[in-house]
Amino acid sequence: MKPARLVYAAFALSMVGSLGLVVYYFVGESAQVEGILLGLALGGMGVGVIGWATRLMDVPTVVEEREPLESSTSEVTQTEEQVSQEAVTRRRMLLRLALGATGTLGAALAIPALSLGPRPGQSLETTRWTSGARLVDSFGTPQRPDDIPLDGIKTVFPSGFEGAADSQTVIIRIDPELLDLPEGRDGWAPEGCVAFSKICTHAGCPVGLYRAQAKQLLCPCHQSTFDVTTGCTPVFGPAARPLPQLPIEVDEAGYLVATGDFPEPVGPSFWNMDTE
Amino acid sequence: MLRWIDDRLGAAHWARKGLKKVFPDHWSFLLGEIALFCFIILLLTGTYLTLFYRPDAAPVIYDGPYEPLRGREMSAAYESVLRLSYEVRAGLVMRQIHHWAALVFVASIVAHMVRVFFTGAFRKPREINWMVGVTLLVLAIGMGFTGYSLPDDLLSGTGLRIAYSAVVSIPFVGPYLAFLVFGGEFPTEGIISRLFVLHVMLLPAVVIGLIVAHLGILWRQKHTQFAGRGRTESNVVGKSFWPQQFFKSFGLMLLTGAALALLGGLVQINAVWNYGPFDASAVSAPSQPDWYVGWLEGAIRLFPAFEPTILGVTIPSMFIPGVVIPGIGFTVLALWPFIEQRVTGDRESHHILDRPRERPARTAIGVGGILYVTILTVAGGNDVLALTFNVPIEAMVWFLRIGLFVIPLAGGFVTYKLCREMQSSGARVARREPGTRLRRNAEGGFEEVEPDLKS
Repeated sequence: MKPARLVYAAFALSMVGSLGLVVYYFVGESAQVEGILLGLALGGMGVGVIGWATRLMDVPTVVEEREPLESSTSEVTQTEEQVSQEAVTRRRMLLRLALGATGTLGAALAIPALSLGPRPGQSLETTRWTSGARLVDSFGTPQRPDDIPLDGIKTVFPSGFEGAADSQTVIIRIDPELLDLPEGRDGWAPEGCVAFSKICTHAGCPVGLYRAQAKQLLCPCHQSTFDVTTGCTPVFGPAARPLPQLPIEVDEAGYLVATGDFPEPVGPSFWNMDTE
Repeated sequence: MLRWIDDRLGAAHWARKGLKKVFPDHWSFLLGEIALFCFIILLLTGTYLTLFYRPDAAPVIYDGPYEPLRGREMSAAYESVLRLSYEVRAGLVMRQIHHWAALVFVASIVAHMVRVFFTGAFRKPREINWMVGVTLLVLAIGMGFTGYSLPDDLLSGTGLRIAYSAVVSIPFVGPYLAFLVFGGEFPTEGIISRLFVLHVMLLPAVVIGLIVAHLGILWRQKHTQFAGRGRTESNVVGKSFWPQQFFKSFGLMLLTGAALALLGGLVQINAVWNYGPFDASAVSAPSQPDWYVGWLEGAIRLFPAFEPTILGVTIPSMFIPGVVIPGIGFTVLALWPFIEQRVTGDRESHHILDRPRERPARTAIGVGGILYVTILTVAGGNDVLALTFNVPIEAMVWFLRIGLFVIPLAGGFVTYKLCREMQSSGARVARREPGTRLRRNAEGGFEEVEPDLKS
């Protein structure tokens, strides 16, 4: 085909696409058809314009001289003199004061940015868990040990704070024989139920995958793996800190309750966190 | 008409100069243009999207046509994206074109930068424009990430959560900074509207300003060109801006739009209705970010569990891969022209481009860098790979951890050798005059016959 004919055809095709798009808006709503018609409208015109430019325009190759970018030396010195002329530089003290005032003004204008958020205070070190708070699921149903099947996992919150992001906790029921928790956690696993913060100590994703056979919790974001039997110590991946364990017991009514907040900060570490 | 304007602005002089401006012809010079056109398409489609999107975290109950989510509580932001996708005619195609354009935008910036790097187009006098370009890349990634988070779906919420943790890991001021940026402890109600302001106003305004500067500097300094007949350090050989270059560029813009329209219409992207609304205690597996954040995700995944506590101060495991590595990476990238000047001692101006083989060391470093980022990006999907190839995730991580150091070094070394090899073989080809003939001689071998230069 002659180039000219190709260009004619391309522009015609573009018009078909555009008109089709207009008609289709009123009769259909498939994104696929819209994409194809828009592609035709734009593509036809694109091929036409480029074909016109490269095949049908006989334009000469031009040589343009590159004049030097840099100015003459005298021009540079004259500019410097204009900037630092005596009228400006004579009063040094005034110049310094003006600069200082600019700095303090900048600080004053930046201060309102502090309103953008509260100060963290203790909020990264504490959660909503308190002594006596029942472990409830996201619908608020309190949990007995028997509600969790052996090797089962459930996400729980402190009663009254369902969905509270910093308090999300997983409860796993394990054969108590297999548990080898760190010292000082006697009684934290009533009937084999152990509760750990669900927030990964690496980047804060919810640690939601439980490999029941290996007794490991796995974070789906970065594959940090925690050994549940030893108190969720990290065994693989980028997380370095164990998932904090929630001290729990069974109350008189038979429901699982917390006996206090997590002993360590939950979630990702930070520089000045309390490591005691 | 022209006379009327010229009487008031004296425009004809500048217009004529501009229209006659010479543009050298090479396909690789178009990569930056594609980025520019993607940005224009992003502005157009994005404006349309803002008319339907609601930057609002307030909870609503969904009662739209998408059956699986009916009756679910979700943010007004997520609901407006569902409505845009299901109920607004042409809404879905606009949204998908916008998302595809964002991916291609960053990709074409990277491709353009790779071209500029390997041909040495960043050398004096173009160091400033190189740094403007690196800044544009960072801002493009920022715009992509903020936009990706706006639908408030489960996947992007996970991304935000990781970004929040990276901010928290900044030495000492981290928690304060994170609370200022997010408006409190993650997840916060206010973050969606803040991201929206960043995404549709602040970042685009800065990007437009920098694009104007980028093109202004290019216009002032004139284009670089490859070596060739009649091309010297003191001229530019090519076609004038009007008509040919203008038509070609305009056509390229239309073709870019056509490609994005086809992608947006035919290839589904970011189907947020599958992910569901954001829920702080849920996450889907596998979860991958958009491609241009993959390297960061990979760095975070591969970095070992290293979190020392020294004198009561803990260095979070997120700090080095999430803050230090990207910080160093972009700093080295931005300062590369000066680093190279320092090493080579070459402080001259250059307007003729290098062929990559002529600078084996630079080319080797570039290839090594690309491999490094590629492996990190691959590591960002290590769970998917482990599943696909049926290897334990642990083995995959160790393979990539070792590969991250071995493969870039090996690739750089091979590149260096190849460049050297091509230099010696390519030099002979370059010296041949056009019109050289190959003749078979009596012994059965071949010999070259130089053309008669007088004719």
